Amino acid sequence: MVRVLGWFAVVAVVAGLAMGFGVAPREATQGNVQRIMYLHVPAVWVAYLAFIVGFVASIAYLARRRNGADHLAHAACEVGTLFLGVNIATGAIWGKPTWGTWWTWDARLTSVAVVFVMFLAYLLLRQAVEDPERSARYAAVLGIVAALNIPLVHFSVYWWRTLHQPPSLLKPGSSSMPGSILTALLVNFAALALLGAYFVARRTRVLADEAEAIA
Amino acid sequence: MAWKDLVVERRSKETLNSLLFFSLALLFVFQFTLGPDRERLAAVLPGVLWLGFILSSVLGLGRTFMVERDNDCWEALLLAPGDKSAVYVGKLVACLALMLVVEATVLALFTVFFNVDLGPALPGLALVIVLGTLGIAAVGALFAAMTSQVRARELLFPVLLLPVLVPVLLGAVKATEALLLGESLASVAHWWQLLVAADVVYIVVGLLTFDVILEG
Repeated sequence: MVRVLGWFAVVAVVAGLAMGFGVAPREATQGNVQRIMYLHVPAVWVAYLAFIVGFVASIAYLARRRNGADHLAHAACEVGTLFLGVNIATGAIWGKPTWGTWWTWDARLTSVAVVFVMFLAYLLLRQAVEDPERSARYAAVLGIVAALNIPLVHFSVYWWRTLHQPPSLLKPGSSSMPGSILTALLVNFAALALLGAYFVARRTRVLADEAEAIA
Repeated sequence: MAWKDLVVERRSKETLNSLLFFSLALLFVFQFTLGPDRERLAAVLPGVLWLGFILSSVLGLGRTFMVERDNDCWEALLLAPGDKSAVYVGKLVACLALMLVVEATVLALFTVFFNVDLGPALPGLALVIVLGTLGIAAVGALFAAMTSQVRARELLFPVLLLPVLVPVLLGAVKATEALLLGESLASVAHWWQLLVAADVVYIVVGLLTFDVILEG
């Protein structure tokens, strides 16, 4: 089952690469650098999806106390942090030639960075608590606080300053993107989502095996 | 619960005295690192003020559950009759009271040492400080309970606390800045509403999850 998911992810990633490098046109002003968007933008979407999964799994763990929910929450937050890291790294690579700087304290960069640090702290807490049952409980509480904090971080940082180009897709009115770019973006989103789901599934199983080995 | 903590604190004055001294020391550090330039000082004052608040909060709140731990009363907390969230509320109120005393003192010292006129901004400032501190204390009490049972808790507590508190700090600093520039409370409505929203979220989560942490 997990293996099948993995092969689906491989096929989707190949299709995503083909779309991003082959089908999608060269962007007029930014040139080929723009193609990194096909990794950059889906990565952050998948990261937030993973955090939502982690949030739900944390609540489920506290309600039912099933170890499976805890492993799922752990895996989802790990994978979410990974994808957010990919998003930040690709953003920096894109930002250098386009904005002329690796990093700027713009609203969306800052809020993503804060969320990234918040979930690094979550993983740190996981490591710091030795007793697995206690670690699961504490992490679930922190996972809930961190997930609920994401909208607060976004609003506060957005009001603090904004310079980033507004999102081109999720905004009212018709999309300003040419069709082939949009298709490439969505295919890559599907690819990364499958890849993320595969990572989470594998990681959940590894965590369960580890817990079993210790017990 | 709050009453017990406050009585213990009043009798021992352990935390309060150290915190007040710590804030005084911070004041000197700020003065030395920023230099005597009045203009520059005025520009960074809101940030410096909240930096002082958050640093003393990290120290003060981290100790919230030390009394129980050092005196082996953790089980007593667990066995306390009634709802466990009452323990959380008690700790929260005690933390809030302690921090507000420290912050009021720091604020007074700031006006004296840095020659700032708070006069007209004071009511609005008080509201922002109470809202901001409530947010800090709500998360702080929850995380302090969590980290008190963990190795390296002095390190882990701020590591968990600071990123989560970013919205509270941003809101509080920005509102303080605007108020000190003489703007009205209405002009910073979105900031203090954000603080209220954050406080509500943190307190509700704290109430709902505290018994999970108390389990041991």
